[in-house]
Amino acid sequence: MTDSKYFTTNKKGEIFELKAELNNEKKEKRKEAVKKVIAAMTVGKDVSSLFPDVVNCMQTDNLELKKLVYLYLMNYAKSHPLCTDCEDPNPLIRALAVRTMGCIRVDKITEYLCEPLRKCLKDEDPYVRKTAAVCVAKLHDINAQMVEDQGFLDSLRDLIADSNPMVVANAVAALSEISESHPNSNLLDLNPQNINKLLTALNECTEWGQIFILDCLSNYNPKDEREAQSICERVTPRLSHANSAVVLSAVKVLMKFLELLPKDSDYYITLLKKLSPPLVTLLSGEPEVQYVALRNINLIVQKRPEILKQEIKVFFVKYNDPIYVKLEKLDIMIRLASQANIAQVLAELKEYATEVDVDFVRKAVRAIGRCAIKVEQSAERCVSTLLDLIQTKVNYVVQEAIVVIRDIFRKYPNKYESIIATLCENLDSLDEPDARAAMIWIVGEYAERIDNADELLESFLEGFHDESTQVQLTLLTAIVKLFLKKPSETQELVQQVLSLATQDSDNPDLRDRGYIYWRLLSTDPVTAKEVVLSEKPLISEETDLIEPTLLDELICHIGSLASVYHKPPNAFVEGSHGIHRKHLPIQHGSSGPAAPVDQPQVIPSQGDLLGDLLNLDLGPPVNVPQVCSMQMGAVDLLGGGLDSLVSDPIIIMHPTLCGWKNIIYVLLSNSWSGPGLISVDFLLLLAVLNFCVLQVWLPAAKAKGLEISGTFSRRQGHMYMDMSFTNKALQHMTDFAIQFNKNSFGMIPTTPLAVHTPLMPNQSIDISLPLNTIGPVMKMDPLNNLQVAVKNNIDVFYFSCLIPLSIFFVEDGKMERQVFLATWKDIPNENELQYQIKECHLNADTVSGKLQNNNIYTIAKRNVEGQDMLYQSLKLTNGIWILAELRIQPGNPNYTVKNTLNEKVCPNLWPVLYNIIWMQLWMYYS
Amino acid sequence: MIHSLFLVNSSGDIFLEKHWKSVVSRSVCDYFFEAQERASEPENVPPVIPTPHHYLISVLRHRIYFVAVIQSEVPPLFVIEFLHRVVDTFQDYFGLCTEAAIKDNVVVVYELLEEMLDNGFPLATESNILKELIKPPTILRTVVNTITGSTNVGEQLPTGQLSVVPWRRTGVKYTNNEAYFDVVEEIDAIIDKSGSTITAEIQGVIDACVKLTGMPDLTLSFMNPRLLDDVSFHPCVRFKRWEAERILSFIPPDGNFRLLSYHVSSQNLVAIPVYVKHNITFREGSSQGRFELTLGPKQTMGKAVESVLVSSQLPRGVLNANLNASQGTYTFDPVTKLLTWDVGKINPQKLPSLKGSMSLQAGASKPDENPTIIIQFKIQQMAISGLKVNRLDMYGEKYKPFKGIKYMTKAGKFQTGMQRPHVSCVKA
Repeated sequence: MTDSKYFTTNKKGEIFELKAELNNEKKEKRKEAVKKVIAAMTVGKDVSSLFPDVVNCMQTDNLELKKLVYLYLMNYAKSHPLCTDCEDPNPLIRALAVRTMGCIRVDKITEYLCEPLRKCLKDEDPYVRKTAAVCVAKLHDINAQMVEDQGFLDSLRDLIADSNPMVVANAVAALSEISESHPNSNLLDLNPQNINKLLTALNECTEWGQIFILDCLSNYNPKDEREAQSICERVTPRLSHANSAVVLSAVKVLMKFLELLPKDSDYYITLLKKLSPPLVTLLSGEPEVQYVALRNINLIVQKRPEILKQEIKVFFVKYNDPIYVKLEKLDIMIRLASQANIAQVLAELKEYATEVDVDFVRKAVRAIGRCAIKVEQSAERCVSTLLDLIQTKVNYVVQEAIVVIRDIFRKYPNKYESIIATLCENLDSLDEPDARAAMIWIVGEYAERIDNADELLESFLEGFHDESTQVQLTLLTAIVKLFLKKPSETQELVQQVLSLATQDSDNPDLRDRGYIYWRLLSTDPVTAKEVVLSEKPLISEETDLIEPTLLDELICHIGSLASVYHKPPNAFVEGSHGIHRKHLPIQHGSSGPAAPVDQPQVIPSQGDLLGDLLNLDLGPPVNVPQVCSMQMGAVDLLGGGLDSLVSDPIIIMHPTLCGWKNIIYVLLSNSWSGPGLISVDFLLLLAVLNFCVLQVWLPAAKAKGLEISGTFSRRQGHMYMDMSFTNKALQHMTDFAIQFNKNSFGMIPTTPLAVHTPLMPNQSIDISLPLNTIGPVMKMDPLNNLQVAVKNNIDVFYFSCLIPLSIFFVEDGKMERQVFLATWKDIPNENELQYQIKECHLNADTVSGKLQNNNIYTIAKRNVEGQDMLYQSLKLTNGIWILAELRIQPGNPNYTVKNTLNEKVCPNLWPVLYNIIWMQLWMYYS
Repeated sequence: MIHSLFLVNSSGDIFLEKHWKSVVSRSVCDYFFEAQERASEPENVPPVIPTPHHYLISVLRHRIYFVAVIQSEVPPLFVIEFLHRVVDTFQDYFGLCTEAAIKDNVVVVYELLEEMLDNGFPLATESNILKELIKPPTILRTVVNTITGSTNVGEQLPTGQLSVVPWRRTGVKYTNNEAYFDVVEEIDAIIDKSGSTITAEIQGVIDACVKLTGMPDLTLSFMNPRLLDDVSFHPCVRFKRWEAERILSFIPPDGNFRLLSYHVSSQNLVAIPVYVKHNITFREGSSQGRFELTLGPKQTMGKAVESVLVSSQLPRGVLNANLNASQGTYTFDPVTKLLTWDVGKINPQKLPSLKGSMSLQAGASKPDENPTIIIQFKIQQMAISGLKVNRLDMYGEKYKPFKGIKYMTKAGKFQTGMQRPHVSCVKA
């Protein structure tokens, strides 16, 4: 049957009949009806009155029916009322039509709306043009490609030069929204003419439009200070706007352009003065407005403290402020605290410390400590305030106070120990690890002045295994300090804690630290004293400042979500991974590059000074200097053994032991400075530490703060890539993924990279990535080169590393004796290579055993003229056999290697064997 | 831009949702509820909450959370300001912005939200224009609509949107032409026990009710404009003129609007209109405590202090209070320990006082003797900052309008009595 039958009926009341059929219950009937409608349509009959009934039929799973309905829709979309309304004489109707058009989120239909939209963008009435501008953004959301192909983006750009301010504002808004999903194209091409248009529109458009325009202005880089000043002059009136979002956007523009103005000009000083009142006014708004304002003020205060230094009183907390406002105000109060206002600030803080909200009270107590550290003249007052607070005996106040007093001791050593007695009275009430650790540290540090220090510390020892790691580590160190200060009475105590730490603990950090102390104390108490009781660096006054480059970037984002979270936008806003980072403009002209403003030095809040580990245990420290010094030590130690493996051998220790890095560093730098000594004692250390060697594959400097170090291993017949990811940036990292380039052995990861939690700043994570060799093969040079790409939320990074061949040695690499003999003879001489391994004092059996552990099997052994001859075989994952003959003379083991295929595997084998034998050597010592 | 809006009541139910782009599942609000649960008080819910794919920005007004969902980088203040505008509009339309009022007018609410935001871009947020588009519900109109089947949607399109003064509709006509301005100041202060001021600042606003025919152009000048160094204007005010001459020149919107708000900071001398003398003592070991509180006027330029309300959170150890008020009435809630004293008007000849004893929990340690005292009051006919309007002129129209200026001072956040006292005044 053909479709021609649909054309046959031509009775009266046809439309009515169709209508009934379209609403029929049976699907088949409905389909027939739609076909009839379309047939009628193709012969030019007007079936538009059936529009609602046909659209109803769209609700079906039947693909054919759906397509038919679309056919109908597409035909009538052209003459759809919306399109005709776009021609209406009344501009308000035209605008309404174009506004509604963008809300139809159906791809196919939107195509038919392009023509009417194009007309509306050029409409004579500004109200229509302004509405059409937003419609372009809507369409872009539905079908970006179409919007570009149709040239709507150019039309939008033309609208920036429109005569009507509202049209300009909406065009800017639409362009900014589109450019968010379009990070690379420079949609808003800002030039002085455009800027002038924008500034004119700024005065006359709605408050919302002003926000869009100001945000857009802030992306512009004026060519000189005169241009910057003239823009500032025209933006300044916006500071008096009733809408707080307008005010904050204006502040952003001004803060950014201030960079370009000469610091000594009158205008610069006036502008700074003008910035303060609007910021203060924001704080009289609703609490939600206050919160956002305070987060931004926090940035502004760090960048330009002079703006608000007179206004500290407005940051005093009010009784009925919501807690989130209180906490922010407190933070800013401390940033603004100075000698001039410290008395007032302290009085306030003391008041806050008696409030009811626990979080707030804690932060207030901490703030008192920060004041003491920041304003030296006030330290004494702060300490006495803290003592008063301890007298209240409110548990969490006391604990918080003790933690900050510890920091005060570190800043002003030997100044306030008179209060230790008071602190000790509260020993029993401490139940939080932070406070306990702080108290223990104080007792250990001042053990010589506390008569009953041993009793105090002993009391903590009873429940040693129930304590948190932090407390355990501090306690261990404190008791060692005590022992070094009062050796006669405390020998038993120190032995007790060392055995608790080394024998009964599962925590490698604790155990290993115990071992180190133990060895240190038993071998050289004098050195031990020098190391453990060495002078500690003072802690710095400014903590938790934002790092200057990040701060500058955040200043460019004032008023945005980034400024609320104090993170660059690409760190958390979805879909903006490729967004260009914004920078503060740099001053041009004769004054040269902008002189760096005196930024207070930033000290990461987690202590990374070597003293910390021995004394404070603030957390797992990650530190660069140690790595460097380790490198020297390690190279010495390994005698170039690993040089041949990597061109740039930076070696660090396994990250679970990262605490150890510090200790070793201390040991190296403090006592054993002679390289000759290092190798011996260092080996001992390594033995104790169960030391693994990781190579830095990807230094943090090359990967925006991500450091990857790693090694390969073979365990239970499987290959693994053991890596340690360290985040040395200030933002967290997520979305890790890894990929290998084609390589000689077809090695690929068996599972995707499993990093599920975000990697926080200063954190490390250890990953063992299972590998297999079923991937595509491509010969690399050198053969064991592997190119790796690692992606995270920030970028994609590439590095290459050398795979130790030993991980490809399979377990079934033992050749039958007969086969071995036959093959050995068949190998041509040119495939034979010889190496000498020097200074290896092992006998044949040991060597054979150790090599077997690495899947190099001894097939036969002979003794020829007092020399042991070992015949060995090994097989690579790709089926290549390698046969070897090892001749061992005391002091001169000679290794001859032959392989079965004419491949140049051999040059790589030499370092492998060398490496294995060296590895065995270390283990021998352990 | 703004994707969606959820309205959440204090018991954590979503009672209205509106989407301007694709629909965002209401499960996104679970993150908000989590934060709500963590917060000790309803007002402590943080205003910006991140979720894996969206950000929730909320404001709390009239015990309703207005939760906006955004997906991309949008200035949070932009969203917060818009939400406040939504609340103001609802209040303007329904008199009250409560869950019940919103539910009763759900159709109007939807129409309003649709007009206020187009695809996440603010469209019409001026009350003048909105009222032309969608008529506010009145009892009469509801009755008429039910009978005739018509709706609240205006027949006309908002002509004001086309003009250069979008805040004013065209063709305004009144038989009585009048313009009233209220200068309202709130004083926020923290005052310590000894009576010295820790901080004091004034938040002032000038609210206008202008019902003038045609396109009037007004100018308002002050006796002492120097007081106003930190001001925020309604968009109608010509900023250039203010900068140059310190005169407010503007074409007003029709009806009620806020002409400007200003802030007089603590760096200027702020007069404190009332003082509090109090003496609260607890004797160690005794189950009794003494309570004495006296109020008095101070720096009020002879104007009466009215609607005085004193409230204080007494220490937890207080079981009951047996007090004697020289005027007004007091209540003490033994559960919340909140003491409130409705004083009324202060008579300078006979200062109001509240005296008596408190009974304490036996054996409890001596409570804090410096509870915070919050004072609310109103002073008519005076702006505490000293701001005075000089003259109001109208240009552009021929008729003579009726003009009026009213002054009022209220306590905002006015606290005293603590060791570090905190005084705030309440808004009139």
